[in-house]
Amino acid sequence: MVERRPWLDILAHVILLCGVALVAFPLYVTFVASTQTAQEVASAPMSLVPGPHIIENYTRALTNAGVGNMLYVSLIMALVIAIGKIAISLLSAFAVVYFRFPGRMFFFWMIFVTLMLPVEVRIAPTYKVIADLGMLNSYAGLTLPLIASATATFLFRQFFLTVPDELVEAARIDGASPMRFFRDVLLPLSRTSIAALFVIQFIYGWNQYLWPLLITTKEDMYPVVIGIKRMISGGDSVTEWNITMATALLAMIPPVLVVIFMQKWFVKGLVDTEK
Amino acid sequence: MEKRVVFRHKTLPYLLLAPQIAVTLIFFFWPAGQALWQSTQLQDVFGLSTEFVGLDNFIDLFGQQAYLDSFRVTAVFSVLVAFVGLAVSLLLAVMADRVIRGAGLYKTMLIWPYAVAPAVVGVLWLFLFSPSVGILAVALSKMGIGWNPRLDGNQAMALVIIAAVWKQISYNFLFFLAGLQSIPRSLIEAAAIDGASPSRRFWTIVFPLLSPTTFFLLVVNVIYAFFDTFAVIDTTTQGGPGTATSILVYKVYNDAFNGLDLGSSAAQSVVLMAIVVILTVAQFRYIDRKVQY
Repeated sequence: MVERRPWLDILAHVILLCGVALVAFPLYVTFVASTQTAQEVASAPMSLVPGPHIIENYTRALTNAGVGNMLYVSLIMALVIAIGKIAISLLSAFAVVYFRFPGRMFFFWMIFVTLMLPVEVRIAPTYKVIADLGMLNSYAGLTLPLIASATATFLFRQFFLTVPDELVEAARIDGASPMRFFRDVLLPLSRTSIAALFVIQFIYGWNQYLWPLLITTKEDMYPVVIGIKRMISGGDSVTEWNITMATALLAMIPPVLVVIFMQKWFVKGLVDTEK
Repeated sequence: MEKRVVFRHKTLPYLLLAPQIAVTLIFFFWPAGQALWQSTQLQDVFGLSTEFVGLDNFIDLFGQQAYLDSFRVTAVFSVLVAFVGLAVSLLLAVMADRVIRGAGLYKTMLIWPYAVAPAVVGVLWLFLFSPSVGILAVALSKMGIGWNPRLDGNQAMALVIIAAVWKQISYNFLFFLAGLQSIPRSLIEAAAIDGASPSRRFWTIVFPLLSPTTFFLLVVNVIYAFFDTFAVIDTTTQGGPGTATSILVYKVYNDAFNGLDLGSSAAQSVVLMAIVVILTVAQFRYIDRKVQY
């Protein structure tokens, strides 16, 4: 605080409160819509007071609409993508930093180039590859193409480069094998980077849309994000907005909780992955 | 930077790299190569035969009014998303940097939309602005504004921009706040002692010092608007009405999976890849600058 300007402080609070309200308003309306009957939601304008049908709507969403299974698919998908990415990136970063071998820079650049190819720009050919491999409607097809990530490899490479050389020397003098060094020294040291990356990648995996939209055609393989899209594709007259909104809220809860409760890791992960 | 001390092993490093390289080859290089190859092929209507046509698909593409329109739509969309998103987030970040009481709570309340899936964001705003049941649409029509994004291209564009910006505010806010907090207090105090008003201090000291962050966020937001907003568009307008909100990524998808024009879609993919490369290089230029700064 540089100087006292009470009116400016008040203005700051007012603007921030407006910002918070702007951000929270859709969430509130979603919640209210998910507690009313379909008719109440459809009677424009709907009331902004929560209705009494909360339990009924969420039970219907979870059982009849199959959202329970969708949440399960989303969870598996997000976990496999996050853990898989971290695992293969840790290994490849370890190889690139701690070994000298022919072709090292070639492989490094090969990984680097993938930064420039998001799924969106190569959808049709990637779809064809997955179809040829018979991986449509499977967890492997959902997760594998999203698992390779140059960002994670770079993050771990940056981090490994800051680890003191003395640790490697000590490990070698003690006769530890490379994998032993990796497991007992490097992994424990990387714990914070791993946690930060996990938060970001979990959200990334949970929120995937285009890819699952293409390769899942069976209802029991829909992640919840796709499930919502299928619910609204009939148009206004047939959409049961109360159930759809209950589903939207259920789809939001896991990643939002991860962000709120792991905020410290989340901010670190966000800043680190953009370096 | 390189390690001085390394392990010696003939095969282990290759084994360690194998999983990542395998995934990269199968799911990145192979499809990207296919896209390049397909972009030079012409398939007949029944998909029975293909012939090599060189750069014809590209020439054809840039001769199509629909493709040029899509470029224009993407440009308008990404400029507005980046500009509105950055302006709103900067305002909030400057205010959050100023307040002491409740700063942590404001931060938490502002960053959670980052976690919401773009598709869910699209559904939320679709609901709020749905002409028949949406609470905001009803409010607008009470004010005498006929609202129907399904018929009016500009309104559809406004809808997708609002949804896309809403989602991105949290990200921009976090980076602006970090940038603001790294500006030395002594500079601002010195200016205050010299009698500079808060707005003058902001425009002559804070804003110029923040420019690396702003530039970085500009690039990130353009990339976001180009690619990550696919889900927002698909859930709200499906590129419509007509092609009013059909951005390049949406057109690639639509031409490949609904239009089944693989050659043209592949050529569009190649153009998009070129755009990503340019944007990524711009992003790395920023990192160089940051080091100097």
